[in-house]
Amino acid sequence: MLRADRIECLRNEQQLFTELSFSAEPGQVLFVEGANGSGKTTLLRMLCGLRQPDEGDILWRDQPIIDLGAEYSANVIYIGHHAGVKRDLTVEENLQMASALIATKPDIDFETVLDEIKLYALADQLAGHLSAGQQRRVALARLLMTSAPVWVLDEPFTSLDVKVIAWLEALFEAHVQNGGMIILTSHQAVNLTGCDVVSLRLGS
Amino acid sequence: MKQISAVRAFWWMIKRDIVLSFRHKGELINPLLFFVLVIMLFPLGMGIGQTQLATISNIAPGLIWVTALLASMLSLEGIFRSDFEDGTLDMMVMGVRPVALLALAKVIAHWMVTGIPIIIIAPLMGLMLGLKTEAYGALMLTLLMGTPLLSLIGAIGVALTVGLRGGGVILSLLILPLYVPVLIFSANLVAMASIGEPITAHLYMLSGMLVLAVSLAPWAIGAALKISVS
Repeated sequence: MLRADRIECLRNEQQLFTELSFSAEPGQVLFVEGANGSGKTTLLRMLCGLRQPDEGDILWRDQPIIDLGAEYSANVIYIGHHAGVKRDLTVEENLQMASALIATKPDIDFETVLDEIKLYALADQLAGHLSAGQQRRVALARLLMTSAPVWVLDEPFTSLDVKVIAWLEALFEAHVQNGGMIILTSHQAVNLTGCDVVSLRLGS
Repeated sequence: MKQISAVRAFWWMIKRDIVLSFRHKGELINPLLFFVLVIMLFPLGMGIGQTQLATISNIAPGLIWVTALLASMLSLEGIFRSDFEDGTLDMMVMGVRPVALLALAKVIAHWMVTGIPIIIIAPLMGLMLGLKTEAYGALMLTLLMGTPLLSLIGAIGVALTVGLRGGGVILSLLILPLYVPVLIFSANLVAMASIGEPITAHLYMLSGMLVLAVSLAPWAIGAALKISVS
């Protein structure tokens, strides 16, 4: 479904990876591992179409994503390090912003989403006043709103507490069991027993 | 259905940016303050006397326009910065909405909070510089057409340099040449009006530029943003 064909990445004239090929199918979790600076984030951004590989192609249903453009990006949701949470907007406004920009499910009820991420009581607070973990939850709320089958997540577990990590893992499992696809990086051990996890190791 | 929601995203983006500006009062007031202060400094620097007063009155259109141009450029610099830093730009570029449309929304919102206050206060500045009575209408007209033009052109440069450290100098080198035609036609138009000459030709030229910028600049801004996030 999503396939990388001998892709190469150069950064500051340094080769991060080359001749990298892999594929991910619906119902799979692609777990990208590697040391700091091995190009994990860059790879994820390439898979989102935010950055072009220096060599090779990334294919979605056997078509290069560069040709598909928006047709492809409607299938993907990316939550990166800078997660797209506006500090000067309230929690609820942040959700509204996300729903205006991403491909969403037909009917989203913000109250249910807020309840799910346990920020119902803080809906009117500016996101900048929340803790790091709470801000992370505001970003992760997009996973509840999106209709995209491919989730690309860069360190989704950062600054989350044990309970929320368990909630997120359950969310992942449900998504994968519904035929979704998850591509993620994490420095923490991830407990996804019910899923078909494929590891991809970057760097030596 | 998809089109309706794209239009909604457009309005939402304008609203969001206006809300954000009002939560950051400094950014809202800075360009206006810059505009007023710089114009106030000119008469002080030129000394008092009949000849000086006449000179100031003669160069008033140019003064107001140059200052408006600089104020616009300074305030534009940050238009995409926070979105770039917190990752919202990734969402805009990747999302299902056309980037050009969102970029246009951002420019409109920016113009509404920085351009409109300048237009409103401009007659007062004209009064202070002794602008000729006949020129006020023309001044307002050129600012009304010229400031959105500056915002649209400037946003292309800002979009290209948002990912660069110390992009400020490159930005000025990049967009000042493009600002020059706007400045020439606008300041000239006001000067012509103040001596009672016809202004139609300049007006057509300015409107032509505005139409071109509104229809083409968003695409350029969108493309530039895509380059910047990669």
